[in-house]
Amino acid sequence: MHSMKPINRKARKVEAAVTAVAGDVQALQRRGGEGKIYYPMGCTLNFTPGWEVDISGGTAGLCQPVERDLFDCYLGCGWPAQVPDHLNNAPDWTDKCASAANDWRKVDLVFP
Amino acid sequence: MSATEVLTPTAQYRLREFHSFGALDARFVYLVPSGAIFALNKIGGDIIDQIGQAGPTSEELVEFLLHRGYQPGEIDAALTELEHSEVIICGDFTPAKPEVPVKRFPLQRIVLNITNQCNLACTYCYEYSPDKISKTEGKPKYMPASIAEASINMLIKESGDRPAIHVTFFGGETLLNFPMLRSSVEYAKRKCSEAGKQVEFSLTTNATLLTEHVVDFLAEHKVGITVSIDGDRQLNDNMRVFSDGRGSYDVILPRIKMLLERHKTNSIGARVTLSSGVHHVRRIYEHLTREVGFAAVGFSPATANPNRLYSIGEVRMGNILDGFEDLAWEYRDWAVAGRHHGFTNVNDTLKELHSGISKAYPCGAGLGLLGVGTAGDINLCHRFVDSDVGQMGHVQKGGVNHQARDQFLNTHHIGARYDCHTCWARPVCAGGCYHEAFVHYGNTSAATLHYCDWIRGWNDLCLRIYGEISLRNPSFLDRFTDN
Repeated sequence: MHSMKPINRKARKVEAAVTAVAGDVQALQRRGGEGKIYYPMGCTLNFTPGWEVDISGGTAGLCQPVERDLFDCYLGCGWPAQVPDHLNNAPDWTDKCASAANDWRKVDLVFP
Repeated sequence: MSATEVLTPTAQYRLREFHSFGALDARFVYLVPSGAIFALNKIGGDIIDQIGQAGPTSEELVEFLLHRGYQPGEIDAALTELEHSEVIICGDFTPAKPEVPVKRFPLQRIVLNITNQCNLACTYCYEYSPDKISKTEGKPKYMPASIAEASINMLIKESGDRPAIHVTFFGGETLLNFPMLRSSVEYAKRKCSEAGKQVEFSLTTNATLLTEHVVDFLAEHKVGITVSIDGDRQLNDNMRVFSDGRGSYDVILPRIKMLLERHKTNSIGARVTLSSGVHHVRRIYEHLTREVGFAAVGFSPATANPNRLYSIGEVRMGNILDGFEDLAWEYRDWAVAGRHHGFTNVNDTLKELHSGISKAYPCGAGLGLLGVGTAGDINLCHRFVDSDVGQMGHVQKGGVNHQARDQFLNTHHIGARYDCHTCWARPVCAGGCYHEAFVHYGNTSAATLHYCDWIRGWNDLCLRIYGEISLRNPSFLDRFTDN
């Protein structure tokens, strides 16, 4: 909170209620601590330009190289990714791509 | 939407209900009625001060804060959270009327008045004094086991899903009926074991009848004990006398020391009743802790009509608050050093402040607690047992009279106590003791107005101590979290 700090147990409940109503949305983010910026965790999303920073505020930890980006986006990431739906509609779209660094040209094109 | 977005330029900011207090160089607010305690940051303090002084419109307030050097985003966030926390408001508001809580509150505790007889004749005793309200004529002097057992069965039945219940033995002098007390403890343990519940016991005694045999039984069954004693020989024997006028101190002292020596399984506290001749708080506290050996000492003024000789009166009450304050600061020093201090009045209040209690009723009487007289009559609490007031059934004739209980709870709710509606101490006080109100005003639903200044003074003192402990040794407060 900006204006006051909760001291007793009831105040912590009030803080939680106020934050639920008036606090920032912090999905997929790590708390930066009081007064610090909230940085997104993991990859960036193309509809939120300006978040191209990693959790420390730099660029060193971004998804790179591109082949890591490709596989993390549809295997490791829970966020709707900019890749084909591997589970339902296009389960075999990377079958010919054993190593993304070498075989990236063999990835199928999938049209929605 | 943020606070500043929803406001019209002409709407004025106002402060809502809270009590401000300071500790060291920090500022705190105690919010009413939530009971939340917050430390104010600089912007919070500036906002409250400006609203309190000027009653500004949103435009004026934002301008003031910008002028002070705060950033727009910071101002917006601060105003939004202060408004949602109900510290400030823009425009008019009508305080919500407190709702009466759910009925059929599960019972947690019964107080069994196992005898109405006593071997002492303390001048101020509400069982025997001119302010006596119980009518014991025609009632047995000693509660028979059948009534105690029916009471315990009723408690188990009425306790609903509660995993643990509590039986308190009260009197008269409880140990005058020790054989029945013993059989009741054993009965309650057996019945609670069958019902899958935990049971705890406590009793109040004047200590005159404590023997090693009795103490060993109480220790074995982890019975918590409150000993009534008013200080050293001179002070104690002022009021606590046998019927021939002899003081009780010399009789009880060796017995109390034996009790403290042999009984280690539950708390043993001293309970001091303050009256016109007994108001020396520190002297009493030091005697009972250092010389007698109590780890916990609690004080309470005698309940009395103001015309009684032993009634304390306003001047003496002022002295007592001074004495309490002196001991309370000592408690603070010990808490900062991480040490236990035995002044239970502070401890109990800090515990309530720490949880942020906001009471709908001043105590558990009629809610989670009921009293039972020697004949099995159920009443509001032990102080009203066998009186015409607050009757709520009979343990062998239908059990709790829920209709009478509901009616009592509806008429004694904080929402019905109009005198309390603008008082900042109502989350912890809720109007005061029903018995105190009845003796003073002839009405259980009256607020105990003769104590208002005293209660506000006491709670302000405890808030300042709480605030200071939160700054200097916050881990000390963890002990209030688990219980």
